[in-house]
Order: sequence, then C-alpha cells, then structure tokens
Amino acid sequence: MTERSRPRLNIGAVRSTFAPWTDPTAKPLVRFEKVVKRFDGETAVNGVSLDIYPGEFFALLGPSGCGKTTLMRLLAGFETPDEGRVLLAGEDLAGKRPHERPVNMMFQSYALFPHLSVERNIAFGLKQQGMAKDEIAARVDEMLSLVRLDGLAKRKPHQLSGGQRQRVALARAIAPRPKMLLLDEPLAALDKKLREETQFELMALQQQLGMTFLIVTHDQEEAMVTADRIAVMRAGQIVQMGRPADVYEAPNSRYVADFIGDVNIFEGKAEHADGVTVRMASAESPQGFDIVEDDKIEIGATAWLAVRPEKIQVHLDEPPPGPNRLAGKVADIGYLGDWTTYLVELESGRTIRAARANASRFVDRPVDWDDQVWLTFARDAGVVLTQ
Amino acid sequence: MKRGLSGFNIAALVVGFGFLYLPIVLLVVYSFNASRLVTVWGGFSTRWYASLFRNEQLLDAIWVTFRVGLISATIATVLGTLAAIALVRARRFRGRTLFSGMVFAPLVMPEVILGLSLLLLFVSLGLPRGFWTVTVSHATITMCYASVVIQARLAAFDRQLEEAAQDLGCPPIKAFFLVTLPNIAPAVAAAWMLAFTLSLDDLVIASFTSGPGATTLPMRIYSQVRLGVSPEINAVSTLLIGLVATGVIAVYLFQMRRKTED
Repeated sequence: MTERSRPRLNIGAVRSTFAPWTDPTAKPLVRFEKVVKRFDGETAVNGVSLDIYPGEFFALLGPSGCGKTTLMRLLAGFETPDEGRVLLAGEDLAGKRPHERPVNMMFQSYALFPHLSVERNIAFGLKQQGMAKDEIAARVDEMLSLVRLDGLAKRKPHQLSGGQRQRVALARAIAPRPKMLLLDEPLAALDKKLREETQFELMALQQQLGMTFLIVTHDQEEAMVTADRIAVMRAGQIVQMGRPADVYEAPNSRYVADFIGDVNIFEGKAEHADGVTVRMASAESPQGFDIVEDDKIEIGATAWLAVRPEKIQVHLDEPPPGPNRLAGKVADIGYLGDWTTYLVELESGRTIRAARANASRFVDRPVDWDDQVWLTFARDAGVVLTQ
Repeated sequence: MKRGLSGFNIAALVVGFGFLYLPIVLLVVYSFNASRLVTVWGGFSTRWYASLFRNEQLLDAIWVTFRVGLISATIATVLGTLAAIALVRARRFRGRTLFSGMVFAPLVMPEVILGLSLLLLFVSLGLPRGFWTVTVSHATITMCYASVVIQARLAAFDRQLEEAAQDLGCPPIKAFFLVTLPNIAPAVAAAWMLAFTLSLDDLVIASFTSGPGATTLPMRIYSQVRLGVSPEINAVSTLLIGLVATGVIAVYLFQMRRKTED
C-alpha cells in the first residue's frame, strides 16, 4: 500500500454500515429493467435487472464475452437496449445520446486524446459544459492534485507512463463531476504491484468524492477488493449478486464457486439428516462428508460440496477415522511466499487443492513431495451446491 | 559484413541516380543558357527568366494551373475524407463493396478514357468547357487518391477516442472536428498535397476538359514544345522544380521539428 500521505478515510467504518440494497425505501441511482441486447442474433445481455444505489461501488464480474461491458455501454449510451429500460435517477435514458448523459466512462484503453496535453485532456469535459475559463483552470488543478499528477499538466499522453496515463483518464472522467463513473477494466493494463495500490486508491477516491462507481472487470480480486457488491455474470445474465464475502463464502452455483477463487468440488448424494448435520455419500471419501444442515439439501438428490483450499487442513500423521477425511499423496507444491498450495492426489486419481498460510518462517518438518498426507475440513467449511 | 560501398554499389547508384536526375539536371542547366538554341551552350545567362515574366501566355497558364490545383485539391480532400469515413466506419451497408470498388476505379482506369468520358459528359450536359470543367474533373480524379491516403490513417484511428469525447458531453459532429480531425490531420494534409501535385502536372484530363481561356501550364508547355522548344520552358520548369523541392523540404523539416518536440 502507498505511504504517500492523503487524508485517510476509514473505509471499513463507512462500508460495514452501507447497505442501501437491504432498505426497501432506498431509491436506486441506476436501474436496469429486464434489459436485453442482441448483436446479429447473438444475445449479449439477456434480461438483466439490476439496481445500483447512490454512493455504491458496484462491480460487474465475469469472463470476457459475458456481456458485462455491453451492460456498461448501455448505460453510457453507446448501445441501445433491444428490450427493457435503463433508468438513471428514475428517468428513462431511452433516446438520450452519450453526450447527453450525466455519466462518464473511463475506457480500458484510457482513450486519452493524443493531440492534447494532460490539462487539456482533463479540461475537455468541462469545456463541453461551458464552464468559465478560470473555473476550468481551478478544477483541473484540483483534479491533478487529486490523482497526484501535479507538474505534469503540460505533458502529452505519450510522454507518460502507463500508471500516469491511467490517472489522467481517471481525472478526465471525474472532472465534470458525473452522477456516476463507469470504469471499464480500469486496471487491466497495470502491473500487479501498481494494480493493488491503485485498487485501494480507487476506493479512497470513491469515498472522498461520494460518487457512485460501476466497475467492469474479469479480475475477481479487483472486484472483491474494491466493490461493495459484486454481480457475477455469465452468458448475458447475472448469476449471483452480493457482498464480496457472501459471493465467495456462499456461492450459489458451481460456476460462481469455480469462477471466484479456487475450489474443490465433490459430487455426492445426501443420505440422511438429523436436523443438525447432513451426511453425504461420495465416491471420493469412504466415510462420506458431514455438513451443517442446510434447507437447500434434498435427501437422495445429487449435490455438490464446494470446499475452498484454505479451509482444508493438511496432516502428516493419520487423524482418527471419520467423515470429511481424504487420504492422498502430495503431487505438487506451489510456494507463493505468503501461501503454499498443495496439490494432493487422492487414491481415486483426483487432485485436491489445499492451501496453508505460511504463518511462521520455519516449520519443523515441511510437507514434501510424495509425502503421504491426510486432508480434513470442518463441517461448516464447505458449501452445498445444487446447480 | 563490409560497411563501405563496393565498386558495384557505387556504379549502381551513379547509374540509377543518373537515369533519374540527368534529364532534370540538363533541363535546369539549359535554363541558364544564353543561346536561343536549346542544345547549344552559349554561356550563362538569366535572360530566359526575365523574358518568362514578360510572357503573358505562360504567366496566365501558371495562374490557371494554381487556381485549378488549389480548388480541385480542396474539393478532392473534403470528398475523399467523407468517402474514407463511409468506407472505414460503416462496415456493413448495402453496396459497400460496390462503393469501395467505384471509389478506387479511377486509380486504374486509363486517363485517356477518363478524360474522354468527362468530355462526353460535359458535352451532353451542354456545359461550356473552361476553368470549372477542368477543376471539377481534377477533383473527380484526385478524390480517390485522397480517399486512399485518408482511409489508411482513419482505419488506424482508435474509435474509442470519439466515444470518449461524446461521453464527456461532446456531440458527434463536434467530436469529429475536435478529436478525429486533429488526429488524422497529417493524412489529410498529405492527401491535399498529393491531389494538388496530381492536378499540377496533369496534361491528359486537362486537354480533354479544358476550353478556351483555361489553358493550364502543362498544356501550354506541351503546345509550345510542338512548335519548337524555347528556353523559356526550361526556365519555367526549373521554377516548378524549385517550388516542389521547397515544399517537400518544408514538410520534412516541419515533421522533424514535431518529432523532436515530442
């Protein structure tokens, strides 16, 4: 994280109480109503309904081609919906062209005007609004210091580094104080370190400006870190929407579980339930799995148990027999410094991922390649998925 | 690898450049010939330049040529830009292939046929041939060259820049002038220069479409040469060469300066 000083906001304090989507009286800033968009017969957006609230940092997450960028372009006005409506502050945007919409977009390619200097790039939107010259100059200065580009006002875009260009694009988009900022893969072109730093800066900036942000990304980490809520998209539809932790810990489908983070999925059948615990039979584990009772589970139906790698413990000594226990050999070790990922091959031939935080610098006996290990996890570590 | 030039390389260069420039050098040298005979050297003199400026017919032809060039190049550049936009932007419209083929047809069509068809058109429309018929004809022919040059640049232009301008509150037409045009300006300028040069040295089309009172310089030179080469022609040609060379060098220096500024 950056050490450069900037008035620090306690984002956590603001965020933990921010949940307008739970308030039935709250008015959304943006509403998508059963929006459908087709390109040459192919459906890019397939009946999306979505509310985004004022002050929210909302992320559309999905693989390329899932329709997330189209959804954003529908809001910016570069595409028109074939069916449904897009509303901004209660007003239907149909018939409003991009330049008439009070939302600004930060393009993935940044789309900086190559023939204009940094300050004239930032001033571009302000000039269109017909703002007075001295006001424009003041706003440009304010924006330059906000994104820490003081002193670079006279440079041309091609004289800037990638990170600086990204900041200019951001400053240019927020300078006209839009009702909403749309960010199309804003950090995709930055290297990892800079990307992480910028994620936190984006959040701070959003809180500072009190502006509503909609970010489109295929990078789950980016969405998880920055957003209040995430909508996971697949083939033109939203498959799950919620706070990052909810989506991660309680995915509603194998698709979401697999798309966000790493996951091990075990297929099985629920056998019986005693009101507290459900016993699930599976080919993977001789004693089956014990899971916390969940009303989604139907006895006798096929279900999938999804367990995240960090929730699986690796043992070198055999634990007492029981459910939620798997035996195997270490096939591969991925040492990441902060984490170590073990790929354990079960007797069935399946490979399971288990991860361990490297909390201390030295371990008595590290788990090694080809070691015989046992994997266990708690009753509440997994999520049962029915689709 | 040897870095210097071998004997063969030097010979090839001399022959190549000689082939290209010897006729031009001869023309320039003989424009300073004191003798009236074009092929006999009679000492250095600038008398043909002086007499050139007293030759009303020649001066008139120069003036006509420049006016035709300026106007037709401007028309061709505007039309060429519009055609390029249509071809690059509208990827799918009915008859796109036909349209793009038709825009480029004059590039490969024999000039004589173009000139003849234009002449027939003007005759059937009953238009008196003169200054404007030459100008329009030149605009027609050079437009496709202009369009090719601009199209190449426009295809490489990032469309998102225009979207960004619109997103920031700029109506589409204004976005074109504020963002697209400044970025394709070098190609537009190059297209204009090309159209102007093509118009400047065209003889065939002008011969077909011009009428009394609108004799262009190439036509004048050609008709005078048929009556016998006058050193005045050498002088005017030398001036033309000087003008074109100055233009080329100016453009080069301008581009160099822009590069170092960047």
